[in-house]
Amino acid sequence: MRALGSSDLLFIIMAARWTLLLSLVAFIGGSIGGVLVALARTSEFKWLRLAATGYIKLFQGTPLLMQLFLAFFVPGLFGWSVDPWTAAALGLSLHASAFLGEIWRGSIEVVPRGQWEAATALGLRFWPKMALVIAPQAIKLAIPPTIGFLVQLIKGTSLASIIGFVELTRAAQVINNATFRPFTIFALVALVYYVICRPLSAYSKRMEQKLLVAAR
Amino acid sequence: MPDGWHVSEKAHDGRFRLGRPRQAGRMNYEFDFADVFAAWPELLQGLVNTLVLSALAMAIGMVLSIAGALGKTSGPKWLRWIIDEYIELIRNTPFLIQIFVIYFGLPATGLRMSSDAAALLALVVNVVAYGIEIIRAGIESIQKGQIEAGKALGLRPLQIFRLIILKPAIQAIYPSLTSQFILLMLNTSVCSAIAASELTAVAGDIQSRTFRSFEVYFVVTCMYLALSVFFWTVFAAIERTFLRKAPSR
Repeated sequence: MRALGSSDLLFIIMAARWTLLLSLVAFIGGSIGGVLVALARTSEFKWLRLAATGYIKLFQGTPLLMQLFLAFFVPGLFGWSVDPWTAAALGLSLHASAFLGEIWRGSIEVVPRGQWEAATALGLRFWPKMALVIAPQAIKLAIPPTIGFLVQLIKGTSLASIIGFVELTRAAQVINNATFRPFTIFALVALVYYVICRPLSAYSKRMEQKLLVAAR
Repeated sequence: MPDGWHVSEKAHDGRFRLGRPRQAGRMNYEFDFADVFAAWPELLQGLVNTLVLSALAMAIGMVLSIAGALGKTSGPKWLRWIIDEYIELIRNTPFLIQIFVIYFGLPATGLRMSSDAAALLALVVNVVAYGIEIIRAGIESIQKGQIEAGKALGLRPLQIFRLIILKPAIQAIYPSLTSQFILLMLNTSVCSAIAASELTAVAGDIQSRTFRSFEVYFVVTCMYLALSVFFWTVFAAIERTFLRKAPSR
């Protein structure tokens, strides 16, 4: 055992960049998947709607930790050995796709029916209708819950430490194993997460209140 | 490294392989569920432990949430501030870190507890931060005017409480309360990180013994999904039977 030095604390704080990078990658991956899930969920084809619903339920009904384990082990069945970074990015992206898909479906469906009909009456096809009429209205509504989910996702990256990806939480464990100052170290890590997540939560809450006022 | 860490050491540096080396992209993995199914008594015990842990945490958490919600709606200003900051602190930090602070951090301050007790405490601490806001929404859904109307109609105090206060409040919070319970139940899997005795920790034990990683986690994931589907169905049935709202005019 050795003493906890300032370089150790710096090592932990610097590991936050891996947390942020993993969150960013998962958020981008989840956004792409989320758009597909939301479109499938609101599709006119029944089988597509059912498939999307099943996908969402699958991810809402199982622990994120299990999803990460399977993201780690399933590629191995096909002979691809993945490193913890790839597994975490893959697992979190699939997870985020389901949740963002469900959030965005809600936002799409809240856009009044008349807007769809008006856009159709103007002769707009599916993509122009979505991009020019529905999306601009849906996005405004989607921002607060999307940022709220981003906070969940950032917190969720801590579970990547369990499959061996060295981010904030894992870095803290490594340092703790060498210095054994668990209270100081994990309190510091909690603070780092808090500093990242609190402004996002506050922003999400403020935007939500703004929309509520606007809706009145 | 804390015990209960269940991906094998080989997995940690990313060199884990399942079976013999083979051509990438071709599935020639031989599934073998025999070892996993042979461990069914352990899995069942893990499932029961997960349910007990979830139910205990939810029950204790709700009692504390009611106290917190009352403090937030009618407490002094400093108390409301403390409750607000508590909610923000818990909501903006990962559950895994909360467990680590409680299980590894608190002993440094003289408070030592078993991994199961730490898991329960962490789950309660976590769920209260969400429960307070849910209960508060229930309290705020009660309408004073309706209580007065009930009195004017000559309802007895117990009838007023049951029909005008309790039922609408439960109707208002039921959906968020039940989904919070399912979230809590899924969250218990994180408690395996401190080797609390629940389903995911059992999975870790089995996989470190049999090396059937995929099979173990696949079966256990299915078990969690079955629990979620079960609760979704039961909660929806209860809502349909007992909490049907009067048709609004």
